[in-house]
Amino acid sequence: MGEERPSVTVRFAGDSGDGMQLAGINFSFESALEGHDIATFPDYPAEIRAPRGTLYGVSGFQVRFGKEEILTSGDEVDVLVAMNPAALKRTLHLLKEGGILIADSDAFDAKNLRLAGYEFNPLEDEILKQKYRVLSLPITSLVREALKDSPLSVKAKDRTRNMFVLGLVFWIFGRDLNIAKELIKKKFANKPDVLDANLKVLEAGYYLGETMDIEVPKIKVAKASLPRGRYRTITGNQATALGLVTASKLSGLPLYFVSYPITPASDILHDMAKYRYMDIVAIQAEDEIAAISSAIGAAFGGSIAVTATSGPGLSLMSEALGLAVMTELPVIVIDVQRAGPSTGMPTKPEQADLLQAMFGRHGEAPLIVLASATPADNFYMAIEAVRLATTHITPVILLSDLYLANGAEPWIIPNVETLPKWEPHLWKGNGEYKPYMRDEETLARWWAIPGMEGAQHVVGGLEKEDVTGNVSYDPLNHEKMVKLRLEKVKRVAEDIPLQEVNTGKEEGDLAIVGWGSTYGVIRSVVKQLVEEGYSVGHVHIKYLNPFPKNLKDVLTRFKKILVVEMNMGQLAFLLRGTFLLDVHQFNKVQGVPITERELKQTALKLLK
Amino acid sequence: MADTKIALKPADFQSSQEPRWCPGCGDYAILKQVQTVLAEKGYQPHEVVFFSGIGCSSRFPYYMNTYGMHTIHGRAPAIATGLKVMRPDLSVWVITGDGDALAIGGNHLIHALRRNVDMNILLFNNEIYGLTKGQYSPTSELYKVTKSSPWGTAESPFNPVLLALSAGATFVARTIDREVKHQRDILKQADDHKGVSFVEIYQNCNVFNDGAFADFTDKKKQPETTIFLKHGEPAIFGTNRDKCLVVENGKLKVAHIKPDGELPENVYVHDETSLEKALLVATLFGPADQVPRPFGIFYRVTKPTYEEQLRQQRERAKRKMGEVSLQDLLYGSETWQVK
Repeated sequence: MGEERPSVTVRFAGDSGDGMQLAGINFSFESALEGHDIATFPDYPAEIRAPRGTLYGVSGFQVRFGKEEILTSGDEVDVLVAMNPAALKRTLHLLKEGGILIADSDAFDAKNLRLAGYEFNPLEDEILKQKYRVLSLPITSLVREALKDSPLSVKAKDRTRNMFVLGLVFWIFGRDLNIAKELIKKKFANKPDVLDANLKVLEAGYYLGETMDIEVPKIKVAKASLPRGRYRTITGNQATALGLVTASKLSGLPLYFVSYPITPASDILHDMAKYRYMDIVAIQAEDEIAAISSAIGAAFGGSIAVTATSGPGLSLMSEALGLAVMTELPVIVIDVQRAGPSTGMPTKPEQADLLQAMFGRHGEAPLIVLASATPADNFYMAIEAVRLATTHITPVILLSDLYLANGAEPWIIPNVETLPKWEPHLWKGNGEYKPYMRDEETLARWWAIPGMEGAQHVVGGLEKEDVTGNVSYDPLNHEKMVKLRLEKVKRVAEDIPLQEVNTGKEEGDLAIVGWGSTYGVIRSVVKQLVEEGYSVGHVHIKYLNPFPKNLKDVLTRFKKILVVEMNMGQLAFLLRGTFLLDVHQFNKVQGVPITERELKQTALKLLK
Repeated sequence: MADTKIALKPADFQSSQEPRWCPGCGDYAILKQVQTVLAEKGYQPHEVVFFSGIGCSSRFPYYMNTYGMHTIHGRAPAIATGLKVMRPDLSVWVITGDGDALAIGGNHLIHALRRNVDMNILLFNNEIYGLTKGQYSPTSELYKVTKSSPWGTAESPFNPVLLALSAGATFVARTIDREVKHQRDILKQADDHKGVSFVEIYQNCNVFNDGAFADFTDKKKQPETTIFLKHGEPAIFGTNRDKCLVVENGKLKVAHIKPDGELPENVYVHDETSLEKALLVATLFGPADQVPRPFGIFYRVTKPTYEEQLRQQRERAKRKMGEVSLQDLLYGSETWQVK
């Protein structure tokens, strides 16, 4: 029954109104349910409905699934769906030689070819046919034929083309249609005609595989051997939202979430707004300045106060973050990074806010900076951000990015009983309260909240005298307070895990170092290199300020260090500056993830 | 809590910090009145929170023995919103100035008013930047000469009352530092109001803008230049109480009352619950020698507060979804088992 592969990558590409995201999500979920590990990469334009047929309107969804640990959404694709010429033009370079191309030949008309800049119909090109297995099918006609009895308009019928290709792809991989049908039934439960049409077209696509004159290859992919447990798929943004709600329940503190909509962080706001039934507050502010400001107010009032944003929003929050540092209040900012500066490429990933998170404030204003490594890791890092903020009474920035935010992976759902609990550093009312009295070990000031009798105090942006909190312009006091605030953040290193070598050798020739969403690609390359006999280790840093205490020791066990980032070298800058280490860099700022191939080539050069 | 309360005096709300405003500053009077109102209303210091932004008036929280935060320029309404939403049990006050609230903080002010967050916003309006030593503010009169406008400004001032009404505030009032009784009465009613209360307080800056409101405070001029609005009463003023406001063609005009004391048919009778009337009377904003300036409560209506609506939504969502455990939430809708 066809050929067998350890993993396969499929990309659905079409107009931004063609339902490619829906087809991709459906296929990904079905893949996970079938027992595969998966990694996904939704890649869509900023325009909601770009003019049809244009190159800039192409929306894509890439999913890789297989039996091995799936760490990236794949450098190249095995199956490419191109709903029109523009989609083909934008994505054909990703298709492996010998890969399957499914195209809607009806959409390759003169107008669409011209919009995509083709002078001829590529589907009729002999070279294309030799290089790939081309399934050029009149999908639009087939869909209309399948729906000839449907009451839907032609336009509405054509909108089900995504289900046709989904059905066909299901057939190629010998999938069970029932799961997909269930998902579609949920999606269109209130629109019986649309539901009926989608189901019919899904089946039409599926059974075409059996009845077609031309041979459609069948591909078998073995199931992954995932650890036992109950699973769901989860995106980074979903994981962040769930992590925040969980942190509130674990700590027993009320949760205030506030955000101003911005791509790619808005989904966190959407989820949090939905979760009001979990007894949380989630509101939309008038801008990012109001978001962080009201979070500071909520934190003053004894809540876990969180805001989520992206780079431009973080810039707007800079001033208020200075206030949070000065008043020493536990606010949490989640920065879902995107390609900048300015509006940049708001729907493309980048990791270029690290130095903004570290230093993007006036004055000496240190705070905790964390970064999650995978979509599901956002769940744990959101909890960690809350734990550290409410234990050390300091603001925290958690860095995520677009690739993590929108990417999905199977997640083994933790038993909530096994999650860490902690005690927030709240003032218990014993003795006289002074706002800048500190815990001797952590230097965290005591968090006394309005309403507590006898603990009235005023905090603010002006420099305060140590202990009493009275306004002070005393030169030595200011220096003391600057040092205290810095030392408080430094001591967080006592409360975070030591740095481990995540993959590969504990010491050797090359450490490949990363942070954030490069986790998958680095791990994958290091595994390959180790298998090939190289002495390579993967060091992934999730605690960026402060660094783990042993980070330098871990790094210096390797002869060479390669720092991999989707920016121009921001972590490299920090490592050099902090440890005086000589590091090599691999940097990519193209708004697309780093590929395994390019990283491996770079690593191999350093290993020669 | 209520039964254990001890009656406090204004001085009990005074912190140990010595106020550092210039001698003669109007802020002293307001501080005193706020402390008096809190004592009269029976608050305990730990139940009250003062937020301020940046500017002379924003030193206010340091002089109160309550909770407080001296925040950053213009953001106090947003910061206060975060606290009030999470802590509706506390009495929340925002102390701000004309630069803080209307220049850098304009956006947060209008949104706090629009949302009807239950807090008292006191705008100390001195029509000048005092802390930065004398630049013009968004309420400085057109052509005013200041350090930053040596040839005079080229911009018209905000009418803060009109702005607050337009933004949807549910309690809008104007008072003046020298009229301590009027001020105290307004502050008390502002705090009684469930919802956002916006109080513009004309406040003399005796260093950089001395006498800005002398037309309204000078005992000789005052009867001719001010109208103290009262709900349900005609707007009468004048040294001999011989003038009133009348409505003509949808506009307000000054008319003389006949010696027999009979009021004209079209006399303006104030109605706090009418937005139309509030907007109309708020338009009286011209030079004091030409147009009398209204003081008092322009508008007062009850609407659900932001924090109360959020609470109700939360309760509705909880009823609709039933008991959802954290574990259920993590499971979501689609899961599968790997054995």
